[in-house]
Amino acid sequence: MNAPLNISRRQFIKATAFIAGGLVIAFTIPHAKRFLLPGKEEAVAGAAKLPEPNAFLRIGTDNSITVLLAHSEMGQSIWTTLPMLIAEELDADWDSIKVEHAPAAPAYIHTAYGLQITGGSSTTWSEFDRYRQAGALTRTLLLSAAAEQLGVPVAALSTEKGMVIHGDQRIPYGELAEAASQLETPTAVTLKDPKDWKIIGKATKRLDGPEKINGTAKFGMDVQFEGLMTAMVARSPVFGGQVKSYDDSAALKVKGVHKVVQVPTGVAVIADHYWAAKQGREALKVEWDLGQAASMDSKTLFDEYRALAAKKGLTAAQAGDNTAAFAAGGKLIEAEYQLPFLAHSPMEPLNCAIHIKDDSCEVWTGTQMPGNDQAAVAKVTGLKAEQITIHTPFLGGGFGRRANPAADFVTEAAHVAKAAGMPVKTVWSREDDVKGGFYRPMYLHKARIALGADGMPAAWEHRCVGQSIMKGTPFEAFMIKNGVDATSVEGIADSVYLKNIPNHKVELHTTESVVRVLWWRSVGHSHTAFVMESLIDEAAHASGKDTLEYRRSLLKGHPRHLAALNLAAEKASWGSTLPAGRFRGIAVHESFGSYVAQVAEISIEEGAVKVHRVVCAIDCGLVVNPDSLVAQMESSIAFGLGAALQSEISFKAGEVEQSNFHNYQVLRMSAMPVVEVHIVPSTDKMGGAGEPGVPPIAPAVTNAIFAATGKRIRSLPIGNQLAEA
Amino acid sequence: MTTLNINGVDQELDISDDMPILWAIRDIAQLTGTKFGCGMAQCGACTVHLDGMAIRSCITPASVAVGKKITTIEHISQDKVGQAVQAAWSEIDVVQCGYCQSGQIMSATALLASNPKPSDADIDAAMSGNICRCGTYPRIRAAIHQAASKLA
Ligand code: FES
Ligand code: FES
Repeated sequence: MNAPLNISRRQFIKATAFIAGGLVIAFTIPHAKRFLLPGKEEAVAGAAKLPEPNAFLRIGTDNSITVLLAHSEMGQSIWTTLPMLIAEELDADWDSIKVEHAPAAPAYIHTAYGLQITGGSSTTWSEFDRYRQAGALTRTLLLSAAAEQLGVPVAALSTEKGMVIHGDQRIPYGELAEAASQLETPTAVTLKDPKDWKIIGKATKRLDGPEKINGTAKFGMDVQFEGLMTAMVARSPVFGGQVKSYDDSAALKVKGVHKVVQVPTGVAVIADHYWAAKQGREALKVEWDLGQAASMDSKTLFDEYRALAAKKGLTAAQAGDNTAAFAAGGKLIEAEYQLPFLAHSPMEPLNCAIHIKDDSCEVWTGTQMPGNDQAAVAKVTGLKAEQITIHTPFLGGGFGRRANPAADFVTEAAHVAKAAGMPVKTVWSREDDVKGGFYRPMYLHKARIALGADGMPAAWEHRCVGQSIMKGTPFEAFMIKNGVDATSVEGIADSVYLKNIPNHKVELHTTESVVRVLWWRSVGHSHTAFVMESLIDEAAHASGKDTLEYRRSLLKGHPRHLAALNLAAEKASWGSTLPAGRFRGIAVHESFGSYVAQVAEISIEEGAVKVHRVVCAIDCGLVVNPDSLVAQMESSIAFGLGAALQSEISFKAGEVEQSNFHNYQVLRMSAMPVVEVHIVPSTDKMGGAGEPGVPPIAPAVTNAIFAATGKRIRSLPIGNQLAEA
Repeated sequence: MTTLNINGVDQELDISDDMPILWAIRDIAQLTGTKFGCGMAQCGACTVHLDGMAIRSCITPASVAVGKKITTIEHISQDKVGQAVQAAWSEIDVVQCGYCQSGQIMSATALLASNPKPSDADIDAAMSGNICRCGTYPRIRAAIHQAASKLA
């Protein structure tokens, strides 16, 4: 880590022009090393294209240091974490740091994924080198400039809190910025030895805290300027439906409504403000051609999935001889698990403001994929990508919904603005969001497990049925192999449990539907961890063993799983006597390069589960900001628990049955358990933080329910299954 | 024209009587700190104070506010309790995406104004109408307790 980096080899850095009264350090690092997940290096087809130089950091003559984020802040605190990396190496004055989202530009392409995206819990590990290098390089240039100015060797200088120091002399960075920007770019920089870190690894308060507390933080929804209209789109009540005809006479009579225009997704009402647009949309009469989806029904769909699960699917993983192992007899576990479609429902409803001009276009939207959205707007407007500026305000939550390769809400907004011929912000209501598709797919799993004489699984057969998330995305080429979407079976096909089970087979049936699906916080792990950790629990109980011990013996040779599992168990006092009526459940799961174990403590009250406490342990390798890691665990537990308890998108006669938070229920304060987070001290390979806390919570809770009641929850959400029992 | 008193200032707004206060504040008076999350009193993102009471502005018609005082997040630091709540929010570093937080702070301030020492159950009752998709609930709870102790 402290070895000099051969920057020239890594195609680096160039000090360029002087912008906004300060030094602009522009640098480029080709994404030579592309891989999908930490620890799972996988080459991406095609030669790495060198990004254009672009600014990652600016030093103002007022000594301010502006950090440009290649990723979007949507709650996960990278607004603070990425500047910490630069500030560490730059010896910046933390109080002088300002932060901005970068525009859509090749310079900000993800170092591993090959496109500009915030996702896969990857920001911190994928930028750990690039942002530190940016800081270190800038510091080197500032030192050289100071050495020249003072006529002393660089070795005689040091830096501290935004100043170059020589004896009693202190020169603020702002005074050196211009001179530094004229210097030849060094070809190598030395990064600090971790033992010298002053910022990395220290709990650091969020830089976006103040503006999010006083109401001044700007989200896409808050974009307003003279002449900007608000639009709402009437969309088909069933997926795939088309406009047959519409009557806008009543809509146009609503005060504040200007226009009604047809767009590919429906009919848009353009108005002065949201209230007029909403009333206009209510007054609009649209006749729809409903098409094939009009008969869609969740129960029927599950029946179809069940029928598929009875048949052989495509092989996703295989080892040993299952047939012989099952024939050998022994205790058999057979189980079917099912999980519903889920909406992301970020707190800020989707929206996108677009101003199309003759030879340029400005877009304001909370997005996780600005480059992709830029291309989408280019397609609709006929402009070139570089003529389109994407402004990314804060995202009021994303959870995957704002990273859509199909760019649905941005494309639609571009159509609306184009058809309207005026700047328009297209806004979704909560109902539009809940009914709008791009859900976490529904899945059905069918598993058969034969236990050996020692009670451990001797054979494991697993079939998974559901839609592919990666199909049709830029990730398809390397995420779908031989028809198997890796994300449909991640957490099963690559499960370390299965690696320790001599005979196993994992199969997949990929279904098609008019319902569009998308990654939902933790992607495939959002369903597979529930199924795997429940099945392991079933096997442990069937063999009469303690569920923690059972996991320990199956996880032999996997120290990071064990470290998380053991820490959670220890902190939760696993095995100790609980107060009457309290029960525990445990789960451990690896995702996004991190290892998370959770112990849930529950009781059953009036036929419903109450989760009192969750003890969570995570090993994600080196931690940059421990407090934001803790916050992400709390957040993930709330997110995953809400879904496990109550969330479900279901269909009847083609229509989504839910519409708003009264029937698409998410976690509220009253259901929030006490959460204790423990971090495994680790210098191991860095993993993610935003998602890995989600997968274990559902099985930790349902395993506790089994301990309490003997009832195995095999279908989510838990809903009122306990009352029915 | 409807006159609404927002944050101590009378404003003449060209709105219909049935326009919810939320849109009058956001789209007409252009104070965007108050958020839209559901439009049907389910999420609390739009919480403001009407004569000191927490209300869901997305379902409350502007006509109801005539002659009363609307306070929004932009002005809550003028209030002693609001200030303590914001300070606790900052100290505990509650926020994540931040979108729900204006509403959370407005609800928490109203809670502490009427119940200076709320129990966990009181907090559940007063705050369960405010959804946070980022799950900042444990910190919200801690911050409310902290503000209460600072105000005591
Ligand atoms: S927007 Fe008013 S309660 Fe949700
Ligand atoms: S902080 Fe994101 S919804 Fe509450």
